[in-house]
Amino acid sequence: MAQITLIEAVTQALAYEMAHDDSVMVLGEDVGLNGGVFRATQGLQEKFGELRVLDTPLDETTIAGVTVGLAVQGMKPVAEAQFEGFIYPMMEQIACHAARMRNRTRGRLTVPAVFRAPWGGGIRAPEHHSEANEHLFTNIPGLRVVMPSSPARAYGLLLAAIRDPDPVMFFEPKRIYRQYKEEVPDDGEALPLDVCFVLRDGTDVTLVTWGAQVKEALEAADELAAQGISAEVIDVATLTPLDFDTIAESVQKTGRCVIVHEAPKTAGFGAEIAARLAEECMYDLLAPVERVTGFDTHIPLFRLEMKYMPSVERVVDAAKRTLAAS
Amino acid sequence: MTIAAKFEIEYLQYLDAEGKQVRDDLPEFAKDLGHMVELYKLMLSTRVFDAKSIALQRTGKLGTYASCLGHEAAHVGIGSAMRPEDVYAPSYREYGAQLYRGVQPREVYMYWGGDERGNDYQKEPARHDFAWSVPIATQCLHAAGSALAFKIRGEKRVAVCTIGDGGSSKGDFYGAINIAGAQNLPLVAVIVNNQWAISVPRKIQSGAPTLAQKGIAAGLFSIQVDGNDIIAVRKAMEDALERARSGKGGSVIEAVTYRLGDHTTADDARRYRGEQEVKDGWEKEPMKRLRNWLVAKGVWDDAKEEAWKAECDEWMDNEVNAYLETKTQPVSAMFDYIFAEVPADLAKQRDYVLSLETKGH
Repeated sequence: MAQITLIEAVTQALAYEMAHDDSVMVLGEDVGLNGGVFRATQGLQEKFGELRVLDTPLDETTIAGVTVGLAVQGMKPVAEAQFEGFIYPMMEQIACHAARMRNRTRGRLTVPAVFRAPWGGGIRAPEHHSEANEHLFTNIPGLRVVMPSSPARAYGLLLAAIRDPDPVMFFEPKRIYRQYKEEVPDDGEALPLDVCFVLRDGTDVTLVTWGAQVKEALEAADELAAQGISAEVIDVATLTPLDFDTIAESVQKTGRCVIVHEAPKTAGFGAEIAARLAEECMYDLLAPVERVTGFDTHIPLFRLEMKYMPSVERVVDAAKRTLAAS
Repeated sequence: MTIAAKFEIEYLQYLDAEGKQVRDDLPEFAKDLGHMVELYKLMLSTRVFDAKSIALQRTGKLGTYASCLGHEAAHVGIGSAMRPEDVYAPSYREYGAQLYRGVQPREVYMYWGGDERGNDYQKEPARHDFAWSVPIATQCLHAAGSALAFKIRGEKRVAVCTIGDGGSSKGDFYGAINIAGAQNLPLVAVIVNNQWAISVPRKIQSGAPTLAQKGIAAGLFSIQVDGNDIIAVRKAMEDALERARSGKGGSVIEAVTYRLGDHTTADDARRYRGEQEVKDGWEKEPMKRLRNWLVAKGVWDDAKEEAWKAECDEWMDNEVNAYLETKTQPVSAMFDYIFAEVPADLAKQRDYVLSLETKGH
């Protein structure tokens, strides 16, 4: 079985689903012959033709609005925003139509679409190519916001996103697109969209994260283990609708929680998790909840960007603070 | 001088403001006077419906309502030219087109009366049309996406969208006609130019002499018609639909009309436009000319007009009663359609609201 990267897993999932469901199609800028700027759609146009792998005019609003129309007509479009930072023109179509079509028509019309975007920083990209803004979507009712953190989860979650009867935002952490390979059987098996994944069991502190920061969280857990501290690591994976129960169960066990995310701190999705912990797990907590996040600044251009990103050291320090507190 | 491109925009009119026929080459449908009477009757019922809606709003039985007064020829012309299998993506005042396609007045009242079920059109072909689209021009891209789906599946169907003169300024409109041109999509975009985008007049909406010519930039067939002349609107629509259906591409039609009423019941147009202009608008309104023409042909008269108005009144009264008798949805309906199935996390919020209900909050 082939070892593949996260980006190759995205391609594998798209190819699998397009081969098995004629209504699945891909549209976006440069997704055709060029295979996408990150090669997520490499080889798909040759296999499935120019209409099912459609190079659109260079207008994100068009991509999003046409996707809504396609989906209402029974297609299952997978639209690509070339970078997360280019997604803003799509937001009216996503928020006002994709996310609310089912509700506003009492289920008469629906939008079974996926909006994919390479997400986050850390690849020395130009300005506007490194945004982490998932929290802008987690506050929109009617959307699923999904972020894979490994090749296997990219494959299984993308299949689930395409098969889901409602719109899914699928944010791909591009920093780990090619970070490592693993075996991902091309068996068409989807992963559930309503659970958080516990990647490592632990007893002293819970590290809650998603996307590229799963890497830092796992490395921090190694570092903490070397210091005799047992960290549980949770990949939220599907931010909304949130499987809070998995997080709550972990924190009830450990009594401590560090939330790690790349987006700015204020009103980031970590704030929601911290608030839920305060509401539902206050008496299980042995220490204040810590958040290790990007700052309330724009992500700097790449000379400074790694200073902005949550680092292993910051995560380890935060975890140790929770242990020092009790 | 070398010319890179040249274009002209045809203006189409059959009936002038008084109902005098200004050209002899009547399209086939207009030679069927029985059909023309049917179109007139729907225009009249649309006007009766509109007056009833405004009366409902003024008596507190409807929320804000967007009137279609003066747009009857444009809207009925659009709706009557489409086939059932086509798809319509309206903005929010095209009732004449929608009534033709099976939207019921009670559904319009429900929507403007604060009930999502108004968007759940029960009758075909409206049932597969898009619901009203308040965010300006966004529906144009839904029509373009629908047209793309038809092309991909090889279906001989056309997607039609309508926007206003203001809507033709928005990127979504340009995006829709642009991809329609680039991909040769079966899209018909009708700009119902009623001269006003709330308080902003046509002349500062765009420097283009016609709005139709925006379609030229996208590579679409483009035409301007007298939007108060239903024969012109219907003819341009039939031609555009035929071109689209036979794979010859999309069209932009500018139907020039006039908004005789306020933008919505929440607007007071006296704040920004003069009485004379509105009087001039009434001189050119769409009902009078078609009535005059039909009367001259001997197929319509005052007695028929009164009898049909009375029928419309009865129809609308029934619709109003059906609307007013509709029970408010249970509070759980707020949660039931967010996703195909209510997620566990959302179910907790629903259960909380339901618990408040049982406590009588």
